[in-house]
Amino acid sequence: MKLDEAKALVEEWLRSNGRARNGLLPLLHHLQDAIGYIDDAMVAEIASALNLSRADVHGVLTFYHDYRRKPAGRHVVKLCRAESCQARGGAAIEAAAAELLGVAMGETRHDGQVSLEAVYCLGLCAIGPNALVDGRPIARIDTAALDRIAADVAA
Amino acid sequence: MTRVFISADMASVALGADQVAQAFVDAGCEVVRTGSRGLFSIEPLVEVETADGRIGYGPVAADEVRTVLDGAHPNRLGDVAALPFFAAQQRFTFARCGIVDPLSMADYAAHGGWTGLDIARSADPQAVVDTVKASGLRGRGGAGFPTGIKWQTVLDAPGAEKYIVCNADEGDSGTFADRMLMEGDPFCLIEGMAIAAHAVGAGHGYIYIRSEYAFAVETMRKAIELSAARIAPFTLEVRVGAGAYVCGEETALLDSIEGKRGQVRAKPPLPALAGLFGRPTVINNVLSLAAVPFILSAGAEAYADVGFGRSRGTMPVQLAGNVKNGGLFEVGFGITLGELVNDIGGGTASGRPVRAVQVGGPLGAYFPPSMFDLPFDYEAFTQAGGLIGHAGITVFDDSVDMAHMARFAMEFCAVESCGKCTPCRIGSTRGVEIMDRIIAARIPEPAPPTARTGTLEKALYSRSPDRIDVSPGAQTALLRDLCDTMKYGSLCALGGFTPYPVLSALDHFPEDFGAPAPIPQAAE
Repeated sequence: MKLDEAKALVEEWLRSNGRARNGLLPLLHHLQDAIGYIDDAMVAEIASALNLSRADVHGVLTFYHDYRRKPAGRHVVKLCRAESCQARGGAAIEAAAAELLGVAMGETRHDGQVSLEAVYCLGLCAIGPNALVDGRPIARIDTAALDRIAADVAA
Repeated sequence: MTRVFISADMASVALGADQVAQAFVDAGCEVVRTGSRGLFSIEPLVEVETADGRIGYGPVAADEVRTVLDGAHPNRLGDVAALPFFAAQQRFTFARCGIVDPLSMADYAAHGGWTGLDIARSADPQAVVDTVKASGLRGRGGAGFPTGIKWQTVLDAPGAEKYIVCNADEGDSGTFADRMLMEGDPFCLIEGMAIAAHAVGAGHGYIYIRSEYAFAVETMRKAIELSAARIAPFTLEVRVGAGAYVCGEETALLDSIEGKRGQVRAKPPLPALAGLFGRPTVINNVLSLAAVPFILSAGAEAYADVGFGRSRGTMPVQLAGNVKNGGLFEVGFGITLGELVNDIGGGTASGRPVRAVQVGGPLGAYFPPSMFDLPFDYEAFTQAGGLIGHAGITVFDDSVDMAHMARFAMEFCAVESCGKCTPCRIGSTRGVEIMDRIIAARIPEPAPPTARTGTLEKALYSRSPDRIDVSPGAQTALLRDLCDTMKYGSLCALGGFTPYPVLSALDHFPEDFGAPAPIPQAAE
């Protein structure tokens, strides 16, 4: 992570949003959207920006599943593991996806090309199994759809 | 130029609606992107405006534009509202969803929008609260607490600064009504919140939307911008969650808005008295707030006339999982579970027999088809050992392994626990371990060579008995004991309700837990 870039982002964000504590989650979202993850080296900067302790920021950063402390793969596949997708064969699709993409659930592939992550419900529960591929929703995933996803993330 | 209506709902897009819409634009049509009507087996749905009204076709693929415009497409549905799935509904909250352009202020006003707010603002705050009380509206997030009483508490609470918070952290699997409403009719939610603000004297409101709902976040933000002048001096903003299921719990949600870890607060004090930033706060589910404009404009009686027992009005039921006609079905309380699953849902999508349905998300009970005469009603479900929750119904066919579903309930609780109270934080992990032992013990395996069969080694310095009995019978007893502790010892519904899916699976499907199958009850 380029620390200077992150610092500039924090400064800019403070100018329009102020230093109130309730800005912490929006600020973390803002940084992650721009840089892709929140480096541990940024914690002190964020803490001083919002007048919080480093422990406080670390606590919030590690509590929420969305925040990354390491960069994700170039492509992110989020596969739903919740009950409605399981009822439509989600477990088999999950196993097949891990096999096909060559990466275990919750991991990033060694070449950094793709991350496979669990998500608990996308709200598309009547047309599962579902996934978000780089933010794009895909429903009724079968083996053919998995092949298309694998081709997409190979690029 | 031909006008066609195509849904931009996340579910429709996941099924290819964007490509279909682009194909119609390329063919020279004027494409209006709406919300979803709510029946996903006909998505992507295309409705063509004709002299005889809107004619629906669905599902439609992107290369079928010609046949749709010719009227020759094999999936011609005619008037979509006349389909049995829609004709049987009572759409109070979702009346506009799928019909209007979600971000058109003109459309919203033309379909009865803002009349509720105008009526409310011309009345005394107490009169508005009284109307909501008289409607019998109860919290649609799951707890079923009377909305009018909650508002009364906030109205009576002293303090110059009060807040309206909308809980749109719809994390339950099998539910998508909040998402559909926010994407398909966002002004309805905004109007409901503005009415609540007038009723209790609040100046600012927050809509807390989970990060998985990127489409809803975008639509709500745009809608707030467009309607800012209409709802002034009340102001609104969207806050985006960060992937914590527990933030759907109201006090954890408030902490999350405040910029903290989403941990549950002990009650009292009630959020109505000391909520967001310690101020009196109305915190309601999307569906509760979105029901309010109808109640104000059509009158409390029109809403209360529909329903069953102490559950008044309509419930947007969501049919999900392995179901043929999955989607959103808004209907008065009192309809039976069997009617919803078999008659309206049409049974399973796989064509196999229904074995279980889970009602109310990951914290809801599993019911077997023998209990399908249960009426949809808060009290009836509580009595049957379950809950309505957010009215999501997840259908499973006979290939489901209920012991694995019970294990998943514990696993999910362990992943999502906020960690504040011990029964939930530790109990869920111990629950996964017990379920692993039960699942392992179901399969008769040859005894390993060094075996003290059926026992676990005692840990060094352990104060537990010399041998732990890992037989299914003993582990099941332990599981019940653990569930008892979680149910009565947890701070919030996450730890407190996880026993519902676990114990209902155990009670109704003991054969999956290594016990003999129950003897079928004789027909009455």
